[in-house]
Amino acid sequence: MQLKQTSLFEEHKKLGGRLVDFGGWELPVQYTGVIDEHLACRKNAGLFDVSHMGEIEIKGADAEAFLNHLVTNNIANISNEQAQYTTVCNHSGGIIDDVITYKRSKENFLVVVNASNTEKDFAWFKKTAQDFPYKNFTLTNESPNYTQIAIQGPRACEILQKLTSVNLSGIKTYWFTTGKILNTISAIIARTGYTGEDGFEVYTQWYDGPKVWQALLEVGQPLGLKPCGLGARDTLRLEMKYPLYGHELNDVTNPIEANLAWVVKLEKESFIGKQAILKAKQDGLTKELIGLKLIDRGIPRQGYSVFTGDKSTKIGVITSGTQSPSLNCAIGIAYINKNSNPTIGSRVTVEIRGTKFLAEIVSTPFYRPKPSNS
Amino acid sequence: MQYPKELKYTKEHEWAKINEKNVTIGITDHAQSALGDIVFVELPPMGKTFKQGETFGVVESIKAVSDLYSPVTGKVTKINETVIKEPSQLNKDPHKSAWLIEMEATDIQTFQNLLNSDDYTHYVEKLK
Repeated sequence: MQLKQTSLFEEHKKLGGRLVDFGGWELPVQYTGVIDEHLACRKNAGLFDVSHMGEIEIKGADAEAFLNHLVTNNIANISNEQAQYTTVCNHSGGIIDDVITYKRSKENFLVVVNASNTEKDFAWFKKTAQDFPYKNFTLTNESPNYTQIAIQGPRACEILQKLTSVNLSGIKTYWFTTGKILNTISAIIARTGYTGEDGFEVYTQWYDGPKVWQALLEVGQPLGLKPCGLGARDTLRLEMKYPLYGHELNDVTNPIEANLAWVVKLEKESFIGKQAILKAKQDGLTKELIGLKLIDRGIPRQGYSVFTGDKSTKIGVITSGTQSPSLNCAIGIAYINKNSNPTIGSRVTVEIRGTKFLAEIVSTPFYRPKPSNS
Repeated sequence: MQYPKELKYTKEHEWAKINEKNVTIGITDHAQSALGDIVFVELPPMGKTFKQGETFGVVESIKAVSDLYSPVTGKVTKINETVIKEPSQLNKDPHKSAWLIEMEATDIQTFQNLLNSDDYTHYVEKLK
């Protein structure tokens, strides 16, 4: 199969990025090295090509009503130029995707979805639209028309500000605006991200991507900005315990189990999955998403089994794990059976290649970013 | 990259430095580069025996877990504790100071299955 390329493909090659097949996209897993890039983002700033993410637009008089039927969060609670993280669930309460909705107005929304779920989501949106009583809205998959670049880190604001007259410090976290970059390039500038650091996600027309990318590197590199690949993107989100679809989230896990109760607004009149989630809550949840740190030497990985501290009983499974570049220890995220009563500080073991290694359940995020001054 | 003439190689990217029955074993520069930042090394206990091609340990980078395959048949006689404590040494000096284990070969016939430096260089070139 022909791999898809973003508008920044030639930039990645020029920078010596190691290109890999990531869900059908040819993207850099790293440039200089995962640890180096990760630490650059925590200390100064990191630049990420996230153009593989999907963009679905919903427009029309009934757009808000329809979107609010699709998502578990409440899009009516936010203002124009505000963004909201939410899950999209199936009728059984399982998570179809986790997405960010950008509210341009009550009649115009941009929904940014996981790359690997774009087709599935769009099909689900269309199918749901058919059954929805109000019809005054359109759905379009705009994914091929956008370049999305994330600049993240304590110096992200300072660097991006050099390329735009938009007052970036006026954009609060999870708000966005539209404006020009390099005087002529139209962009959505959102104070969102997936690293835990302050920063922005910038959406432009597909063909404007390279100009923005090159300019950011040029003004940012003297301030410590480094291009970051998918490897660092994963370790940065993992240190924050941000869930990743296919690891912590899937279509048989409900958002409450995934520790995402805060994006489920059960007081909302109706939305897909509401009845199932309510029932699951009443019946009592069976598993809980926790963070753990290895005490023994070893690195937890997705799929490894978690046992009680005395190694006798299997109580869960690792969903993501790595060696944390910021903390220099092995960390993991796991689903643990509720009835094993997982609490912060309790000891568990992780089975790695047939041996059970001691670990401790810890509070999360694993890493707390330093406050930015802009 | 130069692959030293005095070493023998496997298609799984280990190297072996043979001194009569005494064999020093490590991973190649190609292996460390493909893995990226190496953050974990697991090596066997002293005295354990392995046949050629058997898994004797594991190296892990941030992203990947990779088995180590014994280039020869024999018994483990020495372990490099430094690379266990500082796995990143494998990224810096894979062909020399960051060796992994030493083995005493019990079947020197198995040496014949290893690649020389030229053959391994060609093999790696073809992988690119």
